[in-house]
Formats: sequence, C-alpha cells, structure tokens
Amino acid sequence: MSENPFLYEAKGRVLVIRLPRELDHHNSRNLRYETDLLLAENYVSRIVFDFSRTVFMDSSGVGILLNRYKQMQRSGGSMAICGAKAPIRRLLAIGGVANLVPQYDTKEAAMAEGGKNDDEKQRD
Amino acid sequence: MTKSSETETMRLEIESRSHNEEFARVVAAVFMSRLDPTLEEVDDVKTAVSEAVTNSVIHGYRGGPGTIYIEASVRGKELTVSVTDCGVGIQDVARAMEPMYTTDCTGERSGMGFAFMEALMDQVQVRSQPGRGTVVTMKKLIGG
Repeated sequence: MSENPFLYEAKGRVLVIRLPRELDHHNSRNLRYETDLLLAENYVSRIVFDFSRTVFMDSSGVGILLNRYKQMQRSGGSMAICGAKAPIRRLLAIGGVANLVPQYDTKEAAMAEGGKNDDEKQRD
Repeated sequence: MTKSSETETMRLEIESRSHNEEFARVVAAVFMSRLDPTLEEVDDVKTAVSEAVTNSVIHGYRGGPGTIYIEASVRGKELTVSVTDCGVGIQDVARAMEPMYTTDCTGERSGMGFAFMEALMDQVQVRSQPGRGTVVTMKKLIGG
C-alpha cells in the first residue's frame, strides 16, 4: 500500500512516467505534486506515459492525462503514450485522449519521436 | 448457473475511503462472473463501478467519512448495480452528467465520470437529493 505507484525516469529532456497496474483516483493522488516538482527542477520538453503494466483505468486517469497535456501545451512541450493495451486504448478513445496524444507500442519509439521533434524545432 | 427467472443479489457496505474504490469494483466483477461475461464486459462494469464509488468519495462525502452501499443483482442476463451514498447530493443532476462538467478546481478531474458510466453500461439512472445523498443505478445486459 505504501509503495509509490509511479516510477519516474528522466532521459535528456524526456520524462517517462510508468503508471501503476490500476490507474484510479486512489493511486493517482500524488502524481500531480510529484510531476510538478520534477517539471520545476528539470527541463522537460516531452512526457511519455508508459501504460505497459496498466490493466485498469477510469476517468481519473483521463483527468491526469488531459491536465498534463494542457500543461505541456502551455510550455511548448509534447506528450505521448506507450504500451497501452486494447482495454486501455478503448477508454482513451472514450475520454477523448486518443485524438490529442499520439500512441506508440514501445517506450523507445515514444521517446525517440520526441527527440526527432526537438531536432526539427531546433532546425526551424 | 442462474435460472432466468431467479434474481440473485448482494449488498456491500464500505467506508468512504479512496482505497476502497478498487475493493468495490473487484467485488462487482466477482459477483457478475456467474453470468459468464467476456473480459470486456468485466472491464466495463469495473470501470463504471469505480466511477460511481469515486464520485461518492470525492463529491458525496468530500473526502470525509461516510458509508457507501453497493448493491448488485442478476436476473436472467441482466446485471444491475447501484451505488448509494448519504452525502451532500447533487444540486443539478442533468448538469453533473454533462461531459467535462466538474466542480473540481484542481484541474485533475476530467468531468468524464458519468460519461464513462453511460458509455460502458446500457442504462444509468441518477437520483439525488441535496443534503440527503445520491443513488446511481446502472444496468447492463451480459452476453446479450
């Protein structure tokens, strides 16, 4: 119960957040505070939400994703989702997240795409 | 197996605590297993129950103490689940059920709870009385 449900991994400007098995209101209570701290202390231009171990989600998960999406939009950053299985993808579609946030099969692909975008931005 | 004319029921009483959200949805999933549902149907009911219980915890009791009652029944292939709280109630049920509507000011709530319940269940009915509480009743045909 006391185990932190989220695992954070920062690589360059990309912050990967590995989500818990069950992404509900209870498990997501600390996410906002923790990510706000990480975003304040590090230069993050892309957040990747890793759903690879997540088997359950409700609208609390959608709320988190939409809030983080707006936050990244405001700061000129980007967001991606990786590893979401069919039941989760369905809920992302119902919640309107699927239209806003690109989805990738692997974490590596989701991270690499962010790097590409950064390079493109720098070239511009 | 349940005969089509028989009604089987269960009633669960839990404290309004966020960690009970998972407990409630798992109990609902186990109860409905007698209808031999698909995995997708189980996921739908678990998510819908989680939404209703979360609403009671966050909005009904505003994070404070209280009791949440979960009742479920099966009749034929139809599953009925109701989630009841004796919390603050909802002033305007129609407005509360609009997608993206939320009274939350932190920005963390999507306002999609009722939209999820309606998308995942066949029927959702909300009865509420300000100051008295809220009853959410949901129905779904399993294997229909």
